[in-house]
Parts: sequence; C-alpha cells; structure tokens
Amino acid sequence: MSTTSSTGRPAAPGSTTPARPAAVAAPGAGPAPAVPVPPTEAAAAATLGVETTARTTSAKPRPATGITGAQSLVRSLEAVGVEVIFGIPGGAILPAYDPLFDSAVRHVLVRHEQGAGHAATGYAQATGKVGVCMATSGPGATNLVTPLADAYMDSVPMVAITGQVPSAAIGTDAFQEADIRGITMPITKHNFLITDAAEIPQAIAEAFHLASTGRPGPVLVDIAKDALQATTDFAWPPRLDLPGYKPTTRPHGKQVREAAALIAAARRPVLYVGGGVLKAHATEQLAELAELTGAPVVTTLMARGAFPDSHPQHLGMPGMHGTVAAVTALQKADLLVALGARFDDRVTGKLSSFAPEAQIVHADIDPAEIGKNRRADVPIVGDAKATIIELVAALRAEHAAGNTPELGEWWEQLDDWRTRYPLGYDWPEDGMLSPQYVIERLGAIAGPEAIYASGVGQHQMWAAQFIKYEKPMTWLNSGGLGTMGYAVPAAMGAKYGCPDATVWAIDGDGCFQMTNQELATCAIEGIPIKVAVINNGNLGMVRQWQTLFYQGRYSNTELHTHGAEGTPDAPKRVRIPDFVTLAEALGCVGLRCESKDDVDSVIEKAMAINDAPVVIDFIVGSDAQVWPMVAAGSSNDEILAARDVRPVFGDGQV
Amino acid sequence: MPRHTFSVLVENKSGVLARVSALFSRRGFNIESLAVGPTENPDLSRMTIVADAEAAPLEQITKQLNKLIEVIKIVELDGDAAVQRELLLVKVRAPMTDRSQVLQTAELFRARVIDVNTDTVTLEATGTPDKLQALLAVLAPLGIKEMAQSGTVALARGPRAMSGAGSLRPVERSA
Repeated sequence: MSTTSSTGRPAAPGSTTPARPAAVAAPGAGPAPAVPVPPTEAAAAATLGVETTARTTSAKPRPATGITGAQSLVRSLEAVGVEVIFGIPGGAILPAYDPLFDSAVRHVLVRHEQGAGHAATGYAQATGKVGVCMATSGPGATNLVTPLADAYMDSVPMVAITGQVPSAAIGTDAFQEADIRGITMPITKHNFLITDAAEIPQAIAEAFHLASTGRPGPVLVDIAKDALQATTDFAWPPRLDLPGYKPTTRPHGKQVREAAALIAAARRPVLYVGGGVLKAHATEQLAELAELTGAPVVTTLMARGAFPDSHPQHLGMPGMHGTVAAVTALQKADLLVALGARFDDRVTGKLSSFAPEAQIVHADIDPAEIGKNRRADVPIVGDAKATIIELVAALRAEHAAGNTPELGEWWEQLDDWRTRYPLGYDWPEDGMLSPQYVIERLGAIAGPEAIYASGVGQHQMWAAQFIKYEKPMTWLNSGGLGTMGYAVPAAMGAKYGCPDATVWAIDGDGCFQMTNQELATCAIEGIPIKVAVINNGNLGMVRQWQTLFYQGRYSNTELHTHGAEGTPDAPKRVRIPDFVTLAEALGCVGLRCESKDDVDSVIEKAMAINDAPVVIDFIVGSDAQVWPMVAAGSSNDEILAARDVRPVFGDGQV
Repeated sequence: MPRHTFSVLVENKSGVLARVSALFSRRGFNIESLAVGPTENPDLSRMTIVADAEAAPLEQITKQLNKLIEVIKIVELDGDAAVQRELLLVKVRAPMTDRSQVLQTAELFRARVIDVNTDTVTLEATGTPDKLQALLAVLAPLGIKEMAQSGTVALARGPRAMSGAGSLRPVERSA
C-alpha cells in the first residue's frame, strides 16, 4: 500500500507476514507461474472488473497465513483498492476495526450509520467508484437499511460491511442480533452472510464485482464475529464463483440497426436520457449521438448533467416537475429513444396516456427494465456506452444511405413551447426571499464545476430546475427512494472523493434536521462542505400538496424553523432550532440570509471559507411552489405551467 | 389466467429459497406451487415453480428471477413438452364396511396403500394435478381425514436437459 494516505496520515507499517513472492492466481488460472509476477492493481482490477482508486501502490496484496479473519477482511479491502470507509464500530464488527487502525484505508467515523451509507453513496455518485460503509450488528446494520434501499433504487455501486453476532448465537435473539441479510434481501443487488473466515476474501471480491458491474447496486457483506476472530489464510485475487451472474453489456447488432432505422425515419424523435448514461460514463457518446440525430434531449432527475443544460438541443427535465417543453415533447413524440432510463411513474404520469403516439426504443443494461412499464418496440440490452457507440455507427450508415430526417417542423414546435413556457417563478407575496432565486444564484456563483447534493422535496426540484448542469456527476440526489436527509452525508462523501471540488448540499429545513449530525463529522475530519438550507419553515412539498389538494389544511407540516410571530409577551422570534447556532455547535460556520440583497454576498462569503464546513440558513417564503406540475396519477397532457395555467398547445400542432 | 411451470436451477446455498419466494411476494406474483430438491449436481438445486400469470407479468417474473445472482437458469416446462407429477398422501376413513371400496379406488388410480389400521387407510398416489384431483373427488364421500400434497415437479420430455451439451433453451434473458 502507499506510504502515506491521501491525508498525509502515515500508512500501515509493512505487512507483518514475511515477504515472499506474490502468487498470481487469476480465476481459473491454475498454479502460480514459475516466475512470480507481482499482480498489479490494474491486473486485479481487470480480473475483478472493479474500478480501483488511483493510488499508486508498491507493495501488493501478499498471501499470508495465520492471520485473523479481520486482518483478511482489511487486506481484501486494500486489495480491491478501497480508499475510504464511512462507518461506526460496535461489538460485533470490533475485530475489524483493530487491523483497520493500521491500514492505509481511511476510515471516516460518522455520527449515525445512515450518514455512513449516504456518504458512501455520495462518494460513489461523485467519483464513479464503489462507496464503502461499515457498521456493527443489530441497530448498526438496520440503520443502513435506508441508504441501502436508496442506493438500490438509484443503482449506486456500494458495498456495506456489517458485523454479525458470533455464528453460534445466530438465531438465538442474541444481544444486537438482527437478520440483516434477510432484511436487506429485497433492497440489495446481492448479499452475503459469512461465518467462515476462509470465505472473506472471495466474498469481498465478489461483492465489489457485483456492486460495480452490470447494473450497479448495493451489496451487503455480513460477517459473524467469530469469523473475524478466527485464524485463516489470505491469498489474492480469489476465484470469483458467480455462475448465475452474466450481465449483458454488448448490445445486439440487429436491434441497434433497427433502432437506427427508426431514428432515421422519425419526424418527432426525443432522446429520453436516464441515470444509466452517467453510470456508464457515456456522456461524450451521448453528445455525439444527440448532434448526429439533431433530436431534442431530455434528462431525467437522475441524469441531470449527462447532457449540458446550455446545449440548444436540451429541453430540460421531464416528469412531474419537468419543463413544459420536455414533458410535451415526450407526449407528442413519434419516437422515444430511452437510454438508461426506466419509465418511472414520476416521468410517465398516468402510464396509459404517456407518449401515446411514440414508438419506443428502450436501451438498458437491465433486461427487467425493458417492457416493465412500457412495451418497447425495439429493446436493446447492453451497457449505455457500448450501445450509444454502436447506435452512432448504425445511424451514420443510415445517413450515408440518404436517410436523414427533416426535423425543422419539430424544432419549430419545440422552440415555440420552450419560448412560451420557460421555467420561472414569482416572488413571494409576503416580501420574503424567493427560494428559487436563492438556488438560481447559488448555481450561478458556484458554477458548473461545483458538485450539488440535494435533499428531497421542493428544494430538490428547484435545484434540478434552476441550477445549470454542464458536467456529469455534479448533481447528486435521491431520485428513486426520495430519502429526506440524503444531502448532508452525500455531500460529505462527495467532498471526500473530490476534495478539490466545491461541494454544496442544498437542503430543506425538514431534511436538514434528519442528518445534520454529520456536520460534526465534516468539521472534525476536515471535509469542508457547504450547506444551503432552504428554510421555508415547513415540510414544503407536503405543504404544497396540502395547499393544492387538501384545501390548505396544514396538518403537521409546520416546523417552527422560522420562529413564531412576535407577541407583546414574547416579542422575539424563536427559531427551533436556530440553524446558525446549531451549525456553530457542530463546528461549522453559520450564516443567515433573509433578503435578496444579501444573497450573492452571503454565498460568496461561504465560497471563501475553505477550512470549515459552512451552513447558510436562507429564510425563504413559506408558500413558494414548484411549477410546472403534473398532479400525481394525472396524464402528462394535464401539465400545469403554473398554478391554474394550462399551456395552450393550439390546434393543428403536432 | 394461464398456468406456467418453471424449472429453475439455483445454487445450493442457504437463503436461496427465501430470495425466490420473497421476490414473488414483493413483485405481487402468486405461486401456485413450489417444490425444491437436489439435482444430479450437488452444487445446484432445482426449484419447480407453478404460477398463474398473463404474458406481460410472466416476462417480468422470469426477468426478475434471472436477476437473482444465485439463479443459474430458468426453463419453462409446459404442455406436452414436459412430464409433470405431484405426490399425494391421503388418510381415508376406511372401516371394514367401506374398506373394499377404498382399496378398489386406490387400484383404479394406481395408488398404493402405505399404512393401514382398523379405522383408516393411507394411500400414496402420484400423477398430474388433474388425476390427483379426480382421486380426491372419489375419496371425499368416504371421508378424508388428512392429506399432504407436494408441489409439482417436472422434467422436459426427450433427451435434452437443463445443463450440459445441447441443453434446453432458457427463458429469454434479454427482452
């Protein structure tokens, strides 16, 4: 391992096992070759299909005998190239923390296991590497359930390692026992329960392989305490034994040619781009395809940043709070080319009325997504990058054969929609700060190089709408599960993985109160994230629905983070909590902004602070709403551009 | 809804049955019957799953099953291309006055007597679900005290198997 870790902390004193030639044991390669070749990290990565961190290493994973299962675990994590683990120790996982103390693998001690899980997700989403979290048995493990479900819904490569009670105690309702393998079966790509120390290296190698290949996802490895304590041998790389796991990455040539023929013949095509394009690192290829087709592009909530917002072909985000142009383009299209997208209900609205005239080309690495919600006319199973590359080639052939579609009329229509119904917002009538303005200015000042992690709710939608994303992996959010509390720990993980980037968490006052304890972690571990709390004093998205659908009966949505109105008896507004003093208590810089004139200066002030986390409490109007909107269960044709404003598409339009 | 029989080769590991049955319940699919047992390969088990589903949900079932890491292969075994059997054990009230009728019925259905006492006779019968239903219908008036019935197990007719050279075609992995 490296002599110093990325933070300059001295690395592990050399391995305690005698130096000996490392054996190369590629899967199925048989005995080691006569001339020992030290396996390189790249070779290990090639074998495992795991992207490792970029640390240069000299010492290689050497075989060892007579070490503990815990040492074997830590060596395995080193061997797969883990840079950082977010976690909290406890009884059952304790043996693992002892060798971890000496390892070059950094461990960030979080304040709640949920924070560890989301930090691993944020790290993975910002870097493209596998995020790793660790917890003890029982409550430690169950606190990872939400982030695991979150990572599963958003296909995030993550490995969670949990301690389990000793194998003899499993099933006895032992102290801090929970069947975490059983609990997480439906929310992980796969999971393991390891009770034999000899199985640890293979389980770790398989977990990282599964997490990072095919459709990525979270994998949990639960290890019984006695397996961590037992004496075992270690050799690397282990043999992967996954006979049932063969993800299809190469698209079928015939399907690709059919898709190209449909694209070449379409008069009203739309490229419907989902998060799979980011997962496949296929944004350059997407840009090429977009420009070759000349077709409009929409990027889903999970794909913001996959195609530059500044690009003239970009219509914005589709879905419940998408732009009128993006939503309507899908509704009126004659061809949708879905790339790594899954026809989620928040995109389609009422499924039976979604894109009624469109033929569907659906490309996804997961065959189960194809035809799940909407029948595909041309299904393509494969990796998004490989698929788009082949699609570009097939489309060039179509063009060479003279099949170049005329999209002028389509673009006239699209331009008309986006000119007449641009994203916009009104200032609150009560004179308070507009949350959309705050987020818009934040995006403008922090710029497209920054990474933005958001919570869930109104601020998430505004951050998806009003920040201009130009680069992949700069927009992190909880799209599928909709996990309030995602922002702060995810920003922490992203900042750890991308220390040179400015990382903003855009959070709501509700979300922020769910996971802000990780600011203590950020302050202590030197992870200077910036947090913009869009404080409207309420659970804003719920309040919006109560306004629209429950006659303004605000049942249990007032959070008192704006404080009560002053009275003669209590003239002072009391904010509970006061986010500025809370931030300071957590070792951060706390700032507050209540007026439009101060927005830029307070953001710039936060941008200038790089040695501590910063929290800005933006006090914004309570009644701002997210528009456009398609009400839940309604057809996308029923989109409202603003409250009570039905777009007029006019007769005779396509 | 049409009935489908799947033969699913899975890794012989703990938790596989839980994964498969949980998948069915989570995705809202009903299992009509499920039988699990060893195969010629000690590393593999075979699950025979009978489910009622229309074509579109059926495709989802098989695709989601295929995503389970420990599922090796899925083959659909339906109609004349497969042989299907269930096992029935049934304890019938059979006092001396009725006993000959019970034994005669058993003979007609090629069921075997596997336990006898003064009041009851226990029969063992194998066959298709239809045949076993018919047997039960005939025994019912005599008085069925208790019964236990297995899920369906099935194999394809002909020389081909699920694994090995020229094996049976899996249910489409891709769309």
